[in-house]
Amino acid sequence: MSSRGQSQREEILACAQSLRWELGAQFHEKLVESIYADAARLAARAVTRPGATPRFDLDRAIDRLVTSRRWGIPLMVLLFALVFWITIVGANYPSQFLASLLVDRLYPWLREGAAALGLPAWLRGLGIDGVYLATAWVVSVMLPPMAIFFPLFTFLEDFGYLPRVAFNLDNLFRRAGAHGKQALTMMMGFGCNAAGVTATRIIDSPRERLIAMLTNNFSLCNGRWPTQILIASLFIGALAPPYLAGLVSAAVVVGVALLGVLLSLAASWFLSRTALRGEVSTFSLELPPYRPPRLGQIIYTSLIDRTAFVLWRALVFAAPAGAVIWLVANVRVADASLAEHLIHFLDPLGFWLGLNGVILLAYLIAIPANEIVIPTVLMLTVLTTRLTGVGGGAGVMFELDNPADTLAVLRAGGWTLLTGVNLMLFSLIHNPCSTTLYTIYKESGSWKWTGVAAALPLALGFAVCFVVAQAWRWLGAG
Amino acid sequence: MKPDPQSAPVACETCPSRPRGGLLRLGLRLSHWDYVVALAGNPNTGKSTVFNQLTGLRQHTGNWPGKTVMRAEGGFEFAGKRFKLVDLPGTYSLLATSPDEEVARNFLLFGRPDVTLAVVDATRLERNLNLVLQILEITPRVVLCLNLMDQAQRLGLQVDDRRLARDLGIPVVPVTARYREGLDALLQAVYDVATGAVVCRGYRVRHEDPELTRALEPLVARLQRAFPGLPNARWVALRLLDGDERIIEAVRTGEFSEPAPARNDAPSTPAPPVTATAT
Repeated sequence: MSSRGQSQREEILACAQSLRWELGAQFHEKLVESIYADAARLAARAVTRPGATPRFDLDRAIDRLVTSRRWGIPLMVLLFALVFWITIVGANYPSQFLASLLVDRLYPWLREGAAALGLPAWLRGLGIDGVYLATAWVVSVMLPPMAIFFPLFTFLEDFGYLPRVAFNLDNLFRRAGAHGKQALTMMMGFGCNAAGVTATRIIDSPRERLIAMLTNNFSLCNGRWPTQILIASLFIGALAPPYLAGLVSAAVVVGVALLGVLLSLAASWFLSRTALRGEVSTFSLELPPYRPPRLGQIIYTSLIDRTAFVLWRALVFAAPAGAVIWLVANVRVADASLAEHLIHFLDPLGFWLGLNGVILLAYLIAIPANEIVIPTVLMLTVLTTRLTGVGGGAGVMFELDNPADTLAVLRAGGWTLLTGVNLMLFSLIHNPCSTTLYTIYKESGSWKWTGVAAALPLALGFAVCFVVAQAWRWLGAG
Repeated sequence: MKPDPQSAPVACETCPSRPRGGLLRLGLRLSHWDYVVALAGNPNTGKSTVFNQLTGLRQHTGNWPGKTVMRAEGGFEFAGKRFKLVDLPGTYSLLATSPDEEVARNFLLFGRPDVTLAVVDATRLERNLNLVLQILEITPRVVLCLNLMDQAQRLGLQVDDRRLARDLGIPVVPVTARYREGLDALLQAVYDVATGAVVCRGYRVRHEDPELTRALEPLVARLQRAFPGLPNARWVALRLLDGDERIIEAVRTGEFSEPAPARNDAPSTPAPPVTATAT
């Protein structure tokens, strides 16, 4: 039966093959045409359009403005600047409140409580100075900006603005030799790079998909927004008069995000002309109608799906990182702590990059998640300055409720404006977090390309920081 | 209108106001089910919203073409039957030129859902029907969800769902999924097609080219001999003529003659006789 069936099936294929030759090349087009013709006929029968006078179409009027050649991109930049400005200004107060609650009140109380319980010093240090403080930092630094930024971003998404952004950017991506849909996956990357990498499945051509995957990391993900926002307000916003500080910081963050877009384009251009050469494929992008955003849906998506998700991930990584930080700061080898040895070892490299050993060590510890880089930097700075006697008195005393004090802590660690600028650059341009790398491996199925995805931005980040540091010093000297 | 005594009970049975036990959203509890429902449609038609409303899940919805790249599954119970709902990627066509189109098409073809719920944007009917017509080539057991009716009203469009239902030969239900309007009628239609209470007579695209018809006839006849009971022989023949690798492979291995994927319960109502308006 099976062999008879098989010969029967082969016969069908042979028959189809010979008929194909007879039908010729326009067969596919004819097929599609008849589908379209029938769809048009059926739709015309079912739909009655309103009277001939076209009414004022709000959607089209908005689209004409936000996707116009002249105003599309400037409007987009302004809109995102507004979002960041609201985030920066609005996040200040809840951040202060959370910090005074978790760090100023709860932290000493926990220390005393643990001491009263008679817990050994190492356990108190590991648990409270390490794990608790790291998680408290993450909550107070990250929660407020996220709780403001994500609802605003989701609002734009729900309203229907994001496809317009993709429309505006599409042309640039095509010119860079990438697929126009990469604009969409890049937008996803602004939320989370791992999600952006998964989203590259919408790109059909393997070549262009790989480009989109390798360059997604240049979209500032939400784990890095808080770093950018904090450092921008501390180092650059502080240079401006107080009433302008928020605006200046927002502009700087937008500038960094735009730099990311430019780097993404440049890297795509580079890849599509070297390792991943090929034709650009076309696609059609539909601009969906604007829809009135649903408040409940926005709050749910942004707070539960995004904020809580990111915060939880950050906490899961922050807790063990806190323990590691405390350990490297307190385990003593010879006459200094492990952290001091590592920082000393990394300091020369850090100097050349316009950073310092603390930042490099923080990036090493924070490989699992970008979210905890800033808390790690602050904790390492505090711990090491205390150990070397630069900082305040005994204990892990520092205050977050006043940004100026945070700045003081960083200045005590030897930070300058250059350190701040380069930290922002390095935070934009370095290897993707381990989750993203794992996603790239799963999606590409290749360790080689995963390695490229890690090495390419890291090398670029080192190069950019090095050049900026040298130019800065040269200008400063000259 | 004259009441027709013969069709009256049928009309009552399909009447949405007839209480049959309401919707019970099962979320991810999919231990066993009676019917499989595929959810297909163009991007941006509110497919994910329909999915979430029916299953109670919160798959991310947004104005975002291409966000459903993978197949999402959820469950719901209606009128005592358990349904597994499979959300397929949003596509404009099923000619399988991209991975998401291939995922959608392969599920309709080889997964053999009991019902396919085609979600269309009532304000862009023409473009959306392109996909619906292609779905109907694969399976006639389709319910058309005419979504975004609120938008159509806002634009002053009048969509005649009854005429559309007559023309397409399948149930058509006007719905505004985000405000849950029309969902009960939609569920009833899905139930009726699944149980066989309503028999679809899916519209088939007319191919007027005589050369094509001549080529199709022998091929369709052979396919029907090799795979008795194949509901979409004409479509398979067209794909073979188009040189579709995946379909050629399926014919070669005899995949079409395999029984539908096993349901983990007693066999459901036998499939109703499929009456295709044959070419």
